[in-house]
Amino acid sequence: MKELKVQPIRNGTVIDHIEPGAALSVLKILGVNGENVKGTVSVAMHVRSKKDEWKDIVKIEDRELYSNEVNRIALISPHATINIIRDYNVAEKKSVKLPEVVRGIVRCANPNCVTNSNEPVETSFLVVRERPLTLKCHFCDRVQSNVEKYII
Amino acid sequence: MGKPSFSDFVSIRDLTKKQMSEVLERAEGMIPYASGEKRTRALEGRILGTLFYEPSTRTRLSFESAMLRLGGAVMGFSTPMGTSIEKGENLSDTIRVTESYADILVIRHPLEGAARLAADMSSKPVVNAGDGAGQHPTQTILDLFTMLQAKETLEGLNVVILGDLKFGRTVHSLSEALALFGANLTFVAPPSLEMPREVIADIESKGVKPHYSSSLGDAVREADILYVTRIQKERFADAAEYAKVAGTYRIDSRLLSQGKSTLSVMHPLPRISEISPDVDSTPHSLYFRQAANGIPVRMAILSMLLGVDP
Repeated sequence: MKELKVQPIRNGTVIDHIEPGAALSVLKILGVNGENVKGTVSVAMHVRSKKDEWKDIVKIEDRELYSNEVNRIALISPHATINIIRDYNVAEKKSVKLPEVVRGIVRCANPNCVTNSNEPVETSFLVVRERPLTLKCHFCDRVQSNVEKYII
Repeated sequence: MGKPSFSDFVSIRDLTKKQMSEVLERAEGMIPYASGEKRTRALEGRILGTLFYEPSTRTRLSFESAMLRLGGAVMGFSTPMGTSIEKGENLSDTIRVTESYADILVIRHPLEGAARLAADMSSKPVVNAGDGAGQHPTQTILDLFTMLQAKETLEGLNVVILGDLKFGRTVHSLSEALALFGANLTFVAPPSLEMPREVIADIESKGVKPHYSSSLGDAVREADILYVTRIQKERFADAAEYAKVAGTYRIDSRLLSQGKSTLSVMHPLPRISEISPDVDSTPHSLYFRQAANGIPVRMAILSMLLGVDP
């Protein structure tokens, strides 16, 4: 029998097929820091998938992700899948989808952009390219590709 | 005329070639009104709100003159000093309040994207009069208008753009618009102040392959238009380096004699020492006419956005 590196969870969320090396960034954009979760968080990095490719896995016990959180993951790991687990069964399966317009998740890289001032405005970016992820600010037109660095 | 196909004037990138042509055509018709030869009360009872968070002489006065020439009224501020902005009011609140005082707003702001934010907030039309290092679309239209007036067509026109092409806010949108109209572009810039890659990519996507030249003498030889911009002192680490660069790019009659007799020189003004005063009285000088064209072009834009004919 194949040995399971990470134990199944009873309730919570399993984020599978994360780009190898991106697991910690996934936790960062979800705001999971070890102090604000009720259950155990398990991180498995560089795991071999069934298709014999490398991936990362994150399991968060006793927490179900909201769809806006799922979309955040798309920014750094577009092929991740989200499994909501209830009583050891997959109750819901969601795939992450990169929206056409990314709102409120990323900060503009242009320090002189109006969204980086004290204006009460949500940032908004058009996705100009998916790989590598490239965004264009709705307000100042700045194009940025190092998106991970600017996640709010 | 009905409502225009655009409701704000924020970025030249929002406009199609056809829409730009409509503005240019309308500006042509505004000339007799702009000069005072004909009179109109087309915008009587309408109020233009001018929100200038940064100093500007030409742009603000030409917007005011354009509104007054159309029979409208103007109110606003030319500096945030003495307004509630000084007390810390943000742009969003200022827009929400002033939009109820005016029929159309013109904004100049030091931050990029400020005009877009204002346009998103306001139910009244918003015109961008410059946002930081971003866009200055009415300047672009008036530059195109001036070139058309002098040369009759933009297609195939050899335009040399000289100066600070990295930070100069007018040159990016001008280059993109000229590419859309099929002009040939040559860029001359000091190292470190070259045209950003993003702008070049946009120009190339419109089917125009720009040329680059390090010699001004070579570049002017075939030019129809020499568009000069100011090189700002603060972009250089030391004064000596600035003086060296500024000296290299000085335009005078001797340089212009190497070009075509019909070569025209443009500059968004104010100039410091880029163009020698001895050019002013030659047929090459187009920059004062360019500044004067700010009125018919802005009249065209204001009246279009308010859906009124002169």
